[in-house]
Amino acid sequence: MSTDAPPKEERFEPDETAEDFGPRRRRSRTRTIAIVLAPLVLFALLLATGLGKDPRALPSELIGKPAPGFSLPRLDADGTIDSKDLDGQVVVLNFWASWCLPCRQEHDDLEAVWGRYRERGVVVLGVLFEDTPEGAMGFRQELGGDWPIAADPGSKTAIAYGVFGVPETFVIAPDGTIAAKTTGAVTYEWLTDEIEAALRKGNLE
Amino acid sequence: MSGRTRSIALIVGAVIVVGIAALFASARAGRTASLGDRAHEIASGLRCPVCLNLSVADSPSRLAGEMRSEIQTRLRAGQSPDQIRAFFIDRYGEWILLEPPRSGLNWVPWAVPIVALVSGVAIWVAVVRRPETGLQEPG
Repeated sequence: MSTDAPPKEERFEPDETAEDFGPRRRRSRTRTIAIVLAPLVLFALLLATGLGKDPRALPSELIGKPAPGFSLPRLDADGTIDSKDLDGQVVVLNFWASWCLPCRQEHDDLEAVWGRYRERGVVVLGVLFEDTPEGAMGFRQELGGDWPIAADPGSKTAIAYGVFGVPETFVIAPDGTIAAKTTGAVTYEWLTDEIEAALRKGNLE
Repeated sequence: MSGRTRSIALIVGAVIVVGIAALFASARAGRTASLGDRAHEIASGLRCPVCLNLSVADSPSRLAGEMRSEIQTRLRAGQSPDQIRAFFIDRYGEWILLEPPRSGLNWVPWAVPIVALVSGVAIWVAVVRRPETGLQEPG
């Protein structure tokens, strides 16, 4: 590599007087700092907003949209559960698996909600996700509960509901739209709030 | 001069190689792909919901496998790849796409490097090179 640039001494030859060199130099230094800092500050802001987000926060695309239909073979009894038969009812659709720890955690809350609202036509339905019928029945025997549970062959219903993992719980309003969704262990408080809201909505319309 | 000729030859060579590669790629894309190929193409653009950083095509998880068969079922039913992608976006949101669509705010990461490059060159021309004609910093 050959350099065409003139030797360094030559470039710094012209001697400037302090009076006209000082202020100009200071101004140019401020400008240089500004030029260097501006993109850094922008980049820092970009990082701050981007890194502040939770990469595991999952979108809820289906809120307010019609709940996808399903027809699932029951695990706890013979026959199938068809979404058409649940029209006009509040449905708590709970995707779960026996291998899933938060599913154990939320079990009592689901049971309490089922006990409190089944008389008012609210249906709790457990949909098995990535699990075997044996696993599901073992879980039932261990922890109890008598709300309907169903298998989901090919995870078609889970995919239709955009399930990322278990547990995920949807509340379907009487008008057949998805009123609410939560990821992770569901709580009694969240469920009662959402069920009450869905029931109110059903009565108004 | 010979160095310049060589670099020009290098650039021309690179353009030819890339051009030929692009021709081959488009020819491959153009031929009638099998159902499996088409399903794989759709699956490789979708993010596996249970593993965050793998595509549905690459993930060994059971859900990804079931999503692949869902794609095949839908292809067999005559749906277009765009319709199938739209189904998954409808259920999972744009999150499901490994490459977000280039629209709206999604243009920002594409535009930033170009804007940065152009403004960088502009600043370099305007500021850094200026000492040659006027202002100079002592060493």
